[in-house]
Amino acid sequence: MGSPRTLFDKIWDSHVVDVQEDGTCLLYIDRHMVHEVTSPQAFEGLRNAGRPVRRTGQTLAVADHNVPTEGRDKGIADEESRTQVETLAANCAEFGVPYLEMNDIRQGIVHIVGPEQGFTLPGMTIVCGDSHTATHGAFGSLAFGIGTSEVEHVLATQTLLQKPAKNMRITVEGPLRPGLTAKDLTLAIIGKIGTAGGTGYVIEYAGEAIMALSMEGRMTVCNMAIEGGARAGLIAPDQTTFDYVKGRPMAPEGADWDKAVEYWSSLPSDEGAAYDVEIKLHTDEIAPQVTWGTSPEDVIAVTENVPNPADINDKNKAAAVQRALDYMGLTAGQPMTDVKIDTVFIGSCTNGRIEDLREVAAIAKGRKVAEGVRTLIVPGSGLVKRQAEEEGLDKIFKEAGFDWREPGCSMCLAMNADKLAPGERCASTSNRNFEGRQGRGGRTHLVSPGMAAAAAIKGHLADVREFL
Amino acid sequence: MQKFTQLTGIAAPLDLINIDTDMIIPKQFLKTIHRTGLGKNLFDEMRYDDNGQPIADFVLNKEPYTAAQILVAGDNFGCGSSREHAPWALLDFGIRCVIAPSFADIFYNNCFKNGILPIKLPRETVDQLMEKAERGGNAMFTIDLENQDVVDPDGNKHAFEVDEFRRHCLLNGLDDIALTLQKDEKITSYEGKRADEAPWVALQQG
Repeated sequence: MGSPRTLFDKIWDSHVVDVQEDGTCLLYIDRHMVHEVTSPQAFEGLRNAGRPVRRTGQTLAVADHNVPTEGRDKGIADEESRTQVETLAANCAEFGVPYLEMNDIRQGIVHIVGPEQGFTLPGMTIVCGDSHTATHGAFGSLAFGIGTSEVEHVLATQTLLQKPAKNMRITVEGPLRPGLTAKDLTLAIIGKIGTAGGTGYVIEYAGEAIMALSMEGRMTVCNMAIEGGARAGLIAPDQTTFDYVKGRPMAPEGADWDKAVEYWSSLPSDEGAAYDVEIKLHTDEIAPQVTWGTSPEDVIAVTENVPNPADINDKNKAAAVQRALDYMGLTAGQPMTDVKIDTVFIGSCTNGRIEDLREVAAIAKGRKVAEGVRTLIVPGSGLVKRQAEEEGLDKIFKEAGFDWREPGCSMCLAMNADKLAPGERCASTSNRNFEGRQGRGGRTHLVSPGMAAAAAIKGHLADVREFL
Repeated sequence: MQKFTQLTGIAAPLDLINIDTDMIIPKQFLKTIHRTGLGKNLFDEMRYDDNGQPIADFVLNKEPYTAAQILVAGDNFGCGSSREHAPWALLDFGIRCVIAPSFADIFYNNCFKNGILPIKLPRETVDQLMEKAERGGNAMFTIDLENQDVVDPDGNKHAFEVDEFRRHCLLNGLDDIALTLQKDEKITSYEGKRADEAPWVALQQG
């Protein structure tokens, strides 16, 4: 028996193809997801060098960032967006990469499609030219975002040159109470460690509150590992994981399934495995979260007030807070629940799954969206949309006055037609509140789906617990 | 990839922490299917007003920084999205080196694939360099990757660390896909072993 290993160590060790003298490893990549924004230059590179895609079967492509969320039968109006999506389709056809086209029921956000199809499995290495690839870590797979040059490297070689990350464990103890969701946990963690706190680490999330989450909730937590600076988040696979995966179109079956479950069951960190850093939180200290600034670390409980730069000692931090307040149009000391909103966006790879939509429906049922508030509910995939409609959630949304759309990334980053106007303020279930993220001059407050629904109904940021 | 050996140029001070890749190149410019042409939109929302006119007091709009080849910035530079359009935009503008106390992992990695050298230095050193960069055209910095140091306008040398393999690739302008393809046999042998141990991994070729 060797020394005790973490979940990360085990996945890493089983994927090393070669080690160079300086410790750089050639790491095998099991699954590669491709979307239209970060792949055209990679395919062009392959074409120029006359290289094929090494493992087309382990690659899956889908367009998500540029797709419209309404009027899809008319195609994509914006010429550049249309060109990018058409380029992906043409590249996939040329190189033999499986591609889910825009009107396929399985189309959706790449990080929602992978798990739904059983393309994402425990114990794997998974990459995509997208920082929110961290989402797939919920299955106990090492999943991280890469740039376009690395997309090309994986397409050509099915490997990446990497050095191992350090191990960080974040344990969240305590039960989840009503109104407290996976989104609140992940935001509270970022608030605690900071947006660069996880740089150089892979974060393993553990503890009672994490393990009690559904797969949907676990994906929400891991999705935002990158907002804490970590390229990847991980959660040990367990029965919840296996139950989610079983029967998915690309999941193993029969004897392979049994063998896979046996292997996946060996992956959780060994007793006594060493972590470079350990962080602990308790759900008692976490209330529903909301961001006030322009970095995901600018987060507080909804019951708190906007912070004051004068209270901060670090001059760079104080300057950043002042800049954020100016951009956000907020005043130090103002209660968060006084902040009026114009728009509510519900969706994204963070919160565009069925469970998120159920959370919204529970708040929306029998209530009305406040006068003058624009709302978008964008399901994460065609399959999420269909399931929501089968459950009658769309009727609840429409009766309450929410706009029910087609699947895609939408206003999370506003590459399609869904965006904020300058000065518009949005309660958003997405993952980034950067300046201009949802549209030039737009102001974003990151919240859970229930909190977004509560804001839509009140017309200002609100504590979801008032609705429970 | 363009080699990086030694660079002498103007350094522009951008004294902000957490400069994210959405700031470096906003999403409306990610619709391109090419790597070039993004320089004019580098830092677009900080650099131009709502009418597309240059904002006079933004550093890269001021002389001599319009010709900057080095950027000095605050902590956690390049956080957020994995978009390689961020280093492409920097490169297209003419910036080949970024100096900061810390970088986000994906951005840091992407730089090396594009002939850009990201240099991590202690915060106090970066604060000093930020001040010296304020002197503009009279203050040239020299970056020497061979010797691993930054020579500031006053002739002080600041040593920096860089991963040996990445340094080697930058100094020689190496394409790492070609390097990896030399290990094709090892990859094939790994795939064979993996097919026995975890037969569910290798899905049928499309």
